[in-house]
Amino acid sequence: MATTLMPMEEAVGSPPPGRQRRPFRHSRGLQGAIYATPTAIFVCLFFLIPVALVMQMSASDWGLIAGNKGWNFPDNFTKVVDHRHFWPSILFTFKYTLIVTVILIGLGLAMALIVQDTGRWRSFLRTSFLVPSALGLASASLLFWGLYSPQSGPLSPILKSLGLIDESISFLGTPNSALWSTVFLIVWRYAGFYMLILMVGLQRIPPDVYEAARIDGASRMQTFFRVTLPLLKSSIALSLILCVTGSLLAFDQFYILTKGGPDNSTITVVQLIYNQAFGGSQNLGTAAALSMIVLLILIVINALQFRMMRNADDN
Amino acid sequence: MKSTRIKRMTLRSSTRLVAVGLVATLLAACGGSDKTADPTSTPPSTPAPSSSAEVTPGPDTSAGTSEAQTSADPGSSSAAQSSSPAEAEQGVDDGTALTLWTRAPLEGQANLLVDAYNASHKNQVALTIVPNDDYVAKVGAAAGSNGLPDLFAADIVYVPNWTSQGLFADITDRIAGLPFADQIAKGHVDAGTFDNKKFVLPFVLDLSVLFYNKALYKEAGLDPEKAPTTMAEFADHARKVDALNKDGVSGTFFGGNCGGCLVFTWFPSLWASGDQVMNPEGTEALLAGENAKKLYSIYHDLYADGITGEGTKDETGATWVAPFQEGKVGVMPMPATLLKATTDAGIDVGVAPIPGIDGGGSTFVGGDGIGISRDSKVSDQAWNFLAWTMSEDAQVEVLAKNNNVVARADLANNKYAAADPRLVAINEVAGQGVTPMSKNFQAGFNASDSPWLELVRNAVFGDASSIDADNDGITDVLSE
Repeated sequence: MATTLMPMEEAVGSPPPGRQRRPFRHSRGLQGAIYATPTAIFVCLFFLIPVALVMQMSASDWGLIAGNKGWNFPDNFTKVVDHRHFWPSILFTFKYTLIVTVILIGLGLAMALIVQDTGRWRSFLRTSFLVPSALGLASASLLFWGLYSPQSGPLSPILKSLGLIDESISFLGTPNSALWSTVFLIVWRYAGFYMLILMVGLQRIPPDVYEAARIDGASRMQTFFRVTLPLLKSSIALSLILCVTGSLLAFDQFYILTKGGPDNSTITVVQLIYNQAFGGSQNLGTAAALSMIVLLILIVINALQFRMMRNADDN
Repeated sequence: MKSTRIKRMTLRSSTRLVAVGLVATLLAACGGSDKTADPTSTPPSTPAPSSSAEVTPGPDTSAGTSEAQTSADPGSSSAAQSSSPAEAEQGVDDGTALTLWTRAPLEGQANLLVDAYNASHKNQVALTIVPNDDYVAKVGAAAGSNGLPDLFAADIVYVPNWTSQGLFADITDRIAGLPFADQIAKGHVDAGTFDNKKFVLPFVLDLSVLFYNKALYKEAGLDPEKAPTTMAEFADHARKVDALNKDGVSGTFFGGNCGGCLVFTWFPSLWASGDQVMNPEGTEALLAGENAKKLYSIYHDLYADGITGEGTKDETGATWVAPFQEGKVGVMPMPATLLKATTDAGIDVGVAPIPGIDGGGSTFVGGDGIGISRDSKVSDQAWNFLAWTMSEDAQVEVLAKNNNVVARADLANNKYAAADPRLVAINEVAGQGVTPMSKNFQAGFNASDSPWLELVRNAVFGDASSIDADNDGITDVLSE
């Protein structure tokens, strides 16, 4: 007995073939638009409109109190580039970024390796390293401001009582000591965070790879440089992007600890933006011009980092 | 095919660029500052800008000026006019809720005044204390959104700038209606006068005076009733106290990294020596003269010889008065508003005018002025508060009673001042004081990156070779 199967569409009385796919495509397109709408609104409200406003400010004579007095492009840009603290602040920010990035990534990786291997102390160490990250940066900066205080801070007396120093140390009194005291705070605050990122990367490396390396007779150093580091590239790249961008935008810690001093030696570009907007000048126009310059620098640096990360992935 | 590929690549690049920008912005947002409390409980009270004006409590010849109140200028929106003569003088007390902003350094005095007013009036003032470093930003943001409070005080440094930008309502006629208008501290009223209209009254006067620790003076063999009368004597007294070699005690102290503190406490020495710190227009610095160089040299030697307290060089103004209030400093210039707090802390304090190089005495008449904001919808009620702060009740029974300087010359010799010779000394020195003013005073002197701070640090902690060049640097900023 021959049986003929009727196509399902015909069985349910579907529309003619020519009109079958269009509603589907439309519905998918609509669905996509609906999914994308919240993000688009978010980007529009919190990125595009503010950036457009900052662009307008950067090309306008816009005082903090006086408000917008009309276009003056490119006066704000020339004024800010000619500012006596512009180039020193750019150089200082890059110097600080370099120091902090090298230390944080290196120390974070070392700590990740330690907590990866250590047996019964593992949980204790992980928690200990991570606890400072739970403290807000402003709070941590205030804490260290108190610790460094030459009048009431306990660090100098402790070091004296241990016989490590004869005279009190001025932790924030010279350009170098102010820089390194701030670096110490940042390393204390963020090393655990970068340890966490790198530790997750380490855990993603399959044990089989290490087993194979061991069978092939690789030493610990060879295993680290030929297996661990290459397979950690994406985690390291992520850490680099976060660390470099965060350091280039450093503000809180310097604002609280040094206010850009001593002798204007620790003014970062964001501190300079703040000073332009709310300090003596009270000029939102020059502050916005400097913000645009910083944004461009960040875009270029991040684009380079993304490219490096992609190349690493391709390889 | 090729063009499709190019389009895709272009689209991909654009997407990446936007992504990079977005990441940068988000990280920038994440890296932004938390709103941070000032680590200091007593930031420096710093003074003001515009033409040098002697603050001699005396008749204010312009006080009676009456201006038409019909200008469309927001600053002239004359908060101003009331329906009856009594209301014009007293304002309206009908149970309205008023908002008032002031900055942290004058929190004590503001609380005293607001509490006393609220206890005796139907109107109720809600006081907001703003950290010193955030005050300009907060007022600026509020001004931009027309959200200023009914009343707000301002460091006298900012008053000329803010009045010229129309943040305050014109109260010329209201001030003129006060029976004691010509007795109100002229320096503050002048600072709040723009285009012949008055916008501001004194809220709290803060003078810089020399404080010395009588107990340490006795121990050092100095006469505790004899304050230094020249800068050489000041240095000598500081050295003698320091020579006690008591743990943690130093001869003197100053905010070596605080432009505002240095302006407040060092300028009077120059005025007392007959010098000016700026030209009358406030566009040229005069801080490289012979007396100025002698002044820097005295402090340079005190620092170099270890007579200044630990942390002097680093002090950003956050805790610059703390060592004296802890009884660890022999002699130093400080804000007169701290007399009560220091006395309450158990320190036996002597006060005197800040001496000049070879004698004389002067003070920086600083503090805060207060006005009705251009955005206030209840200006008659706000005036009720302002008028009350000028009354004898407020000046004597609130301010003077708590060891503060009064803002009316006719009340200077009040019963509380008479009972405390230190207050008499402070009130007397007010008549010798100056409120220097310049449009760019903040940028030139008070800001953390000001050229004035560079000058002082180079001269006091380095050598004196760059004083002239640094003075030119200040002029560059003042004349912008």
